[in-house]
Amino acid sequence: MQLTVWTYEGPPHMGAMRIAASMRDVHCVLHAPQGDTYADLLFTMIARNAKRPPVTYTTFQARDLGGDTAELVQRTLRDTVERFRPQALLVGEACTAELIQDQPGALAEGMGFDIPVVPLELPAYTRKENWGAAETFFTLVRALLRGRPLPTRDHNKPKANLLGPTALGFRCRDDVTEVTKLLAAAGVDVNVVAPAGASPADLLRIPEADFNVCLYPEIAQETCAWLERMFKQPFIRTVPIGVGASVDFLREVGEVAGVDIAPAMAAVQTRMPWYSRSVDSTYLTGKRVFIFGDATHAIAAARVATEELGFDVVGLGTYSREHAREIRAAAERYDVEPLISDDYLEVEAKVLELAPELVLGTQMERHIAKRAGIPCAVISAPVHVQDFPARYAPQMGFEGANVLFDTWVHPLMMGLEEHLITMFREDSEFHDEAAPSHLGPAATRGGAEARVEASADDAPADARDDQPSWATDAEQELRKIPFFVRGKARRNTERYARERGMATITIETLYDAKAHYGR
Amino acid sequence: MTANAGHCEVSPAATRVDDPLPILRERGQREVFCGLTGIVWLHRKIQDAFFLVVGSRTCAHLLQSAAGVMIFAEPRFATAILQDQDLAGTADCNDELDRVVSELLARRPDIGTLFLVGSCPSEVIKLDLDIAAERLTRAQQGRVRILAYSGSGIETTFTQGEDTCLTALVREMPSADGPTLLVVGTLPDIVEDQFRRLFDAIGFGANGVSVQFLPARNAAELPCVGAGTKILAAQPFVGDTAAALVARGAELIEAPYPFGVQGTRAWLGAAAAAFGIPASQVDAACAGPMARAERGLERYREQLAGKRISFLPDSQLEVPLGRFLARECGMRLVEIGVPYLDRRMMAAELALLPTPERLSEGQDLEVQLERLRADRPDLTVCGLGLANPLEAEGLTTKWSIELVFSPVHGFDQAPDLAELFARPLSRRTRLAF
Repeated sequence: MQLTVWTYEGPPHMGAMRIAASMRDVHCVLHAPQGDTYADLLFTMIARNAKRPPVTYTTFQARDLGGDTAELVQRTLRDTVERFRPQALLVGEACTAELIQDQPGALAEGMGFDIPVVPLELPAYTRKENWGAAETFFTLVRALLRGRPLPTRDHNKPKANLLGPTALGFRCRDDVTEVTKLLAAAGVDVNVVAPAGASPADLLRIPEADFNVCLYPEIAQETCAWLERMFKQPFIRTVPIGVGASVDFLREVGEVAGVDIAPAMAAVQTRMPWYSRSVDSTYLTGKRVFIFGDATHAIAAARVATEELGFDVVGLGTYSREHAREIRAAAERYDVEPLISDDYLEVEAKVLELAPELVLGTQMERHIAKRAGIPCAVISAPVHVQDFPARYAPQMGFEGANVLFDTWVHPLMMGLEEHLITMFREDSEFHDEAAPSHLGPAATRGGAEARVEASADDAPADARDDQPSWATDAEQELRKIPFFVRGKARRNTERYARERGMATITIETLYDAKAHYGR
Repeated sequence: MTANAGHCEVSPAATRVDDPLPILRERGQREVFCGLTGIVWLHRKIQDAFFLVVGSRTCAHLLQSAAGVMIFAEPRFATAILQDQDLAGTADCNDELDRVVSELLARRPDIGTLFLVGSCPSEVIKLDLDIAAERLTRAQQGRVRILAYSGSGIETTFTQGEDTCLTALVREMPSADGPTLLVVGTLPDIVEDQFRRLFDAIGFGANGVSVQFLPARNAAELPCVGAGTKILAAQPFVGDTAAALVARGAELIEAPYPFGVQGTRAWLGAAAAAFGIPASQVDAACAGPMARAERGLERYREQLAGKRISFLPDSQLEVPLGRFLARECGMRLVEIGVPYLDRRMMAAELALLPTPERLSEGQDLEVQLERLRADRPDLTVCGLGLANPLEAEGLTTKWSIELVFSPVHGFDQAPDLAELFARPLSRRTRLAF
């Protein structure tokens, strides 16, 4: 048993639902009790889908368990096929149905439907949502394409499939548009986008492309690897998040597709590098950032944070054990301890311990950061209604890089603002209790929305036996340091004193520590 | 029909005494939460209790999705997620549960009462949480009270989870035979306080009647039950709790539920009558709040009168809310769908309910949606999974979950309750596109 407060991922059948809900003309029958229909609201409320996911539940009850639940499964399958007339039927079971072993997949296969029936194995007690989505997509693609001949590919322009975007994925809608533009600039046409927006008939056209783009490895890696073996389709491994990765992506496309990407490179337009070099951004230098999410977005964020914004990565982790290896390798590059955990409380403890100046995480870390008074930007699923913005806001490609600059930098204090606070620190408008000036004179700092290092962070660290005490004049000197760096100054000074066995912190200790740690 | 309902203005044409409504009974896919969802409001109400679901990742995911995700750092609910080894027998499930519980209690010394909440998987593998609760209570040597109830989808629908939780509490209630009015069903604190003031003004205290609420704000402060206890249900879904209280000597007061001015008046009147308090005292205490509520309702009545409304089965509040909207706001009832019809708990409500075009019990979702599309009511009350798709089809909807989470009982909330239904209609008329 695993004690869980919040979960990053749902059960694996949730992943199957995400594949079904991404596609057209597919229907999924889930053997599941009453209550499991809650999952519909994630699609209709969070993603604001105008249609319910194409999923029918058997809704068995306790009183059915003594009788024939298999008959209930068959009746549901028959009614569903008749009502929805899908091109392909996915059949799976949720956690409780797995225990009663009706084997709905086998039952469905025996019912003589004239459409492909794809039974799903979704082990609810060992696996989770992303695994379920990847497995469902792979199972469906394999069921439809297995044994098909290798098509002749004699088109003038190279063609690629974009694989991996799903319902409830992070910013998939706009990423697909942006990557399609990127490929078009390189002279590559998009053949099929799947699962998002594809029908089973579209999946049958996958082999016609020259190569695949594995946009979201969590969902599509296994499928891409299989297509490479079966249909000799190489796949692009670079995920184009950030300017550097987008350039690498174009280069990889150039090599795989055998196209000249020079015109595409010449046409690149992005404001991000200049914004990052402009003097206001000097204040971003060395900002300590904690990164957590799915492996793909977390690793990409670490690269952008260090190479394109000049931040320091102080923590890097993922909730996805399936991709722990990639995160470990990346963490080694940034010389930080990798955090592989789906225990929300462990992540929270790590954030509090590291006290970063910016958190890049999921909606879960947004809550952690909000409580700790640390600025935060969301970079990865699990998603929230805010992750489906009305405007165009991709993460990938060159426009995506612009979006990253804005969304990561805006929660921080602007360089100009920081500069003014240092200059006017004890001025009536620029002091600890003053709210940001744009909020008007009535606003005060504090509350859940308190910015930057809020008072909680400024308070003495947790009481410990070896905790040095502050001399009165040192404490007064500390108060003169601008509030947004004061918490860090306090922690650094205390650490400095503790490591040297000092019982009392004087003004001298404060400045010694400042000299020791540098900025 | 109770004598107390006579306090309402009951138009004879709209009221049936003898002819029961025909009921359409359906089975099929249900789009209703399971009883675990009750934890979302129960843990807010019972402030020293912790709810530990013994279940799967699905249960944990349901709770955080239904709760609107992550409001609290470390909420007073969690899931002990069953894993493969728990099922394969390599780890004794009970040993694992003991480990998780002691871990949790060590982490949260503030917990006074711990509920072990059964789920679909824990029930299918026949993990006996009642026995586990007894064992763990002994192990805790009285420091923490540990109780068990079922919130599983195979046994309970949505609000029934509160009923099973309260039933577990009934067993723990001390015995006392003094005259007690026991109000049963979770009410927001602000509403509970309003009702306390009203019961006081009516003269319950002066007549030596103690007024108690179940659940209390602290599980440690359980009310007493005995031969002098009379039960006044504040929510229609507490049937099993009422039965358990009756088994301990209490008596159930038959009354409609305190929604709207008439419902609240009849509810208070039934309670007063049960203790022989004259109706004149109820009238005197209620006159002010009733007049205020009537003034507040006026504006919404204009917006709601004549509009057609359908309820898809959800919280068990469908019948009392339909009664309120039809009788006090002039709405026309198309289909009233309920997950299950508890005739005993609903008797007074059904007697007051203007005949809807259709009363249905259970659900066969697709078939019901076809009827809904044919009916095309002006307003459809439904769960979160259905609301946006129905809006996209051009139907105006009200999410039903808000009716369970918001203060909607009593005189002073009657206008707020009407406003919840008026707002989606008003929104439709405001938007240009």
